[in-house]
Amino acid sequence: MEENLNVLDSILTFVYLIASVTFIIGLKMLSHPETARKGNLIAAGGMTLAIFGTIFLYQNPLNNFERERLHNLPLIFLALVVGTVIGVLSARRVKMTAMPEMVSLFNGMGGACAALISILEFNHYLKSHFIQEVALPGDFSVIGQGELAVPYGKLAVIFLGLIIGSVSFAGSMIAWGKLNGKVKDYSFRGQHLVNLGMLAAIIGISVILLSTISSSFSTDAVSGELTNTANRVRIQAPLLKFVHFDTSVYVLFYALFFLSLAYGVLFVLPIGGADMPVVISLLNSFTGVAAACGGFLYDNKVMLTGGILVGAAGTLLTILMCRAMNRSLKNVLIGSFGGGAAVGAAAG
Amino acid sequence: MNPLVNPVVEWIANNREMFYIVILMIFVGIEIIGRVPSVLHTPLMSGANAIHGVVIIGAIIVMGSAKSDDYFALTLGFLAVVLGTLNVVGGFVVTDRMLEMFKSKKKK
Repeated sequence: MEENLNVLDSILTFVYLIASVTFIIGLKMLSHPETARKGNLIAAGGMTLAIFGTIFLYQNPLNNFERERLHNLPLIFLALVVGTVIGVLSARRVKMTAMPEMVSLFNGMGGACAALISILEFNHYLKSHFIQEVALPGDFSVIGQGELAVPYGKLAVIFLGLIIGSVSFAGSMIAWGKLNGKVKDYSFRGQHLVNLGMLAAIIGISVILLSTISSSFSTDAVSGELTNTANRVRIQAPLLKFVHFDTSVYVLFYALFFLSLAYGVLFVLPIGGADMPVVISLLNSFTGVAAACGGFLYDNKVMLTGGILVGAAGTLLTILMCRAMNRSLKNVLIGSFGGGAAVGAAAG
Repeated sequence: MNPLVNPVVEWIANNREMFYIVILMIFVGIEIIGRVPSVLHTPLMSGANAIHGVVIIGAIIVMGSAKSDDYFALTLGFLAVVLGTLNVVGGFVVTDRMLEMFKSKKKK
């Protein structure tokens, strides 16, 4: 059995490696006119391979010794079919001139997906942290005399995925609306100060959340009792009992979520409709980074390579697009505040 | 020792491989699109958009590890997989259509 599981793991690693290579080759071919279409198909093939490889071969680590395959497969397939049908229909029916707004819409979907993953993983973490840590046979001294280990790295990656994913989702939706003509340019005095303030608040809340979680874990090694003040959980070995989940951690987490959404909206709102392709490209690379956060979370190499690849290539592409328009990125992003009038005058 | 620094260092040490990949991929990403003609900017953006749809793999893992009575996780996980599929499928199809247009224009 053990050997069998390892075989699955090695095959999956190989599948992910192939998929990562197809992404690189695909992007490379996409940047040359003759090979572009083939490159797109190659990347699509690699993606299909990675998706089905994950469904059939991925194993969740239950604890240090056991692993289990994924379940809920019928629901996963249903979701895949629903997404494929909607995706193909909407992508086929859209007019050629409306292509950029479609890209923005799909980019937003990816960002929302990353944010949802973070939300689910955070809930999962708060509920299962103890079970994972205490699953060691009865003896609490194994865990340590001081604090329970708080996975700062994992939490930071969850927050980062949430923040970037939400900003990307909200921003893309606004960009989509602008290209549609449904959303008008909107800016007010001192908007970039408000935006900076929001960014500071987002970082501040993340730090507060981390420290709240870390300070709320404590161990009572003497009586073999674990207490977590944030969740008001008290565990007496070998009985695991969840008493009450404190709301403050959840409130802070969802505040982070909504603040990030609002930041995404305010970030894109003042930027003029003509500059939208540049903004979409920037949000595209944001979503890439959000996907890479998922890679860190699951120790998943293909998410990491795909995400970082798009993050890096997308950032460079954004700069190239600005250069093609004879403008700088800074000019595009904050141009509407101070320089907007000047640019408008120059253009007019 | 500073209680914050230690776990961070430990986390980086535990994820050495991942950090290697991140750094190397940044260079790969910058290198592969060195000189791209400006007509291809939008298709390339769209193709990259489809590739970051790999985030769907995370959604599948979340969905596949949810307990079958955890309706909150199942609902959001289902939504996440649908959205991720939209990103992947829609992204690749839109890119293909763009390139189709580009090709026919060039032939004429």
